[in-house]
Amino acid sequence: MKRARVVYRGSVQTAVAAETERTLRLADGQRIGFDDVEWLPSIEARTIFALGLNYADHAGELNFKAPTKPLVFLKGPNALVGHNGESPCPAGVRQMHAECELAVVIGRQGRRIRQSQAYDHVAGYTIANDYAIREYLENYYRPNLRVKNRDSCTPLGPWVVDASDIPDPMALGLRTFVNGEKMQDGHAKDMIFTIPALIEYLSDFMTLYPGDLILTGTPQGIAYVRAGDEVVTEIDQIGRLVNRVILEPNETAANSGAQDATLHR
Amino acid sequence: MLPGWRAFMSESCSYVPVKGTVYGVALDVDDLGGHPPDLFRDPPYHRLPTAPVLFIKPRNTYLANGGTVHLPSSLSELEASAALAMIFGRDTRRVCSTNALDGVAGYTLAIDLSEPGSGYFRPPIREKCRDGFLPIGPSIVPPEAIADLDSLVISLEVDGKEAASACVGRGVSKIARLIEHVSSFMTLRAGDALLAFRTPLGVRISIGSRISAVAAGIGRLECSLESEAQGAS
Repeated sequence: MKRARVVYRGSVQTAVAAETERTLRLADGQRIGFDDVEWLPSIEARTIFALGLNYADHAGELNFKAPTKPLVFLKGPNALVGHNGESPCPAGVRQMHAECELAVVIGRQGRRIRQSQAYDHVAGYTIANDYAIREYLENYYRPNLRVKNRDSCTPLGPWVVDASDIPDPMALGLRTFVNGEKMQDGHAKDMIFTIPALIEYLSDFMTLYPGDLILTGTPQGIAYVRAGDEVVTEIDQIGRLVNRVILEPNETAANSGAQDATLHR
Repeated sequence: MLPGWRAFMSESCSYVPVKGTVYGVALDVDDLGGHPPDLFRDPPYHRLPTAPVLFIKPRNTYLANGGTVHLPSSLSELEASAALAMIFGRDTRRVCSTNALDGVAGYTLAIDLSEPGSGYFRPPIREKCRDGFLPIGPSIVPPEAIADLDSLVISLEVDGKEAASACVGRGVSKIARLIEHVSSFMTLRAGDALLAFRTPLGVRISIGSRISAVAAGIGRLECSLESEAQGAS
């Protein structure tokens, strides 16, 4: 099943998607069209883990040796934005790029999970586009928050596909299209640290909880984007996540966060 | 003697007062954590930090006042600093330093625990994010509880003796600039906390220690360090 979080007529709903008919079934049974809703990030994430350099081809493209242990960084929920959302690119930035990533949703609490048991802890899978702005990289806690934890710069969605519907997530193809042109065409089998390996690694030193989210890294193909671009990240058996890059508004908040109300739904 | 009783009472009566995300600062342009500047001119850093070096403490690290941190047998000591945690009461984005503190709804204390000697090149997930690595509390006090933030002193005590302390002093303007910087690219959401000021790094603590963060007007936050084997017995 494909489970989405949407806003319909002003209320937050969980919905089950029928992709072929482009309809959603709300909890009360009502059927509505995809275009009748606003899409929220596909889960209310607890801890958000992301992986750097987890595909050998991408590591080579960035002139990094493949890591010997997972390069993990964290994000706050401010970074997420739903399907059909907008991601702001600051004026003057030339090196913002899209990164299609298979995102793993944890469904069961666990500590010291063995690889052989790892999939028992997975609730489902969704798509993330882990935008980075390379101008802001520095050699401190790289990739730093200014690169990877910007508001609304991690589209997540459109829905979570139940783990039971995807027997082998390591056999999925991942693609990114910028204005219709294919920029990334990779395969989850090329991950350096597989999904079970990542779950074993993280849970060796910390407890994983339901709602935790692991973005498993991106394959080769640096797709630079700029304001006005439509960016589609697509993963086999999950779907297509659409995002638009906009020019980041530049005003300073006078005295309140009111202007942000629209930014981080 | 009922050694477990006191811990049981304090744990069962305590809670974690933070619901959002906790952000911390490891280094800053004028605070190299006690390291010599030359360290940061060499690889892998190549140049001194040009902005605050930020990290996230995820929720599994939050520990209520009076709690116990359990260390695996591979670790015998940790580094600790006591921090002033600023709790945001409303979403704070793109503020200038002059009004940066307006969104702060209150203060509490935190003890930032890390494995020693991890360096600053890659995000310190294993080093800073083990379960219980951020005792936080005891409760949130409103800004009015601190008559004068400039003269606030935060202390780190190990087994009842002061191991480090720091006075905010001129740090207030630095905190305001920090909030301006962070909020320039991300929202500090209502409920989030920023570890805005801390005692100097480098204090080592070992298994069996009792650790406290103390500040007048905010209170006392305590935790103890045990090995996992002890915890299981």
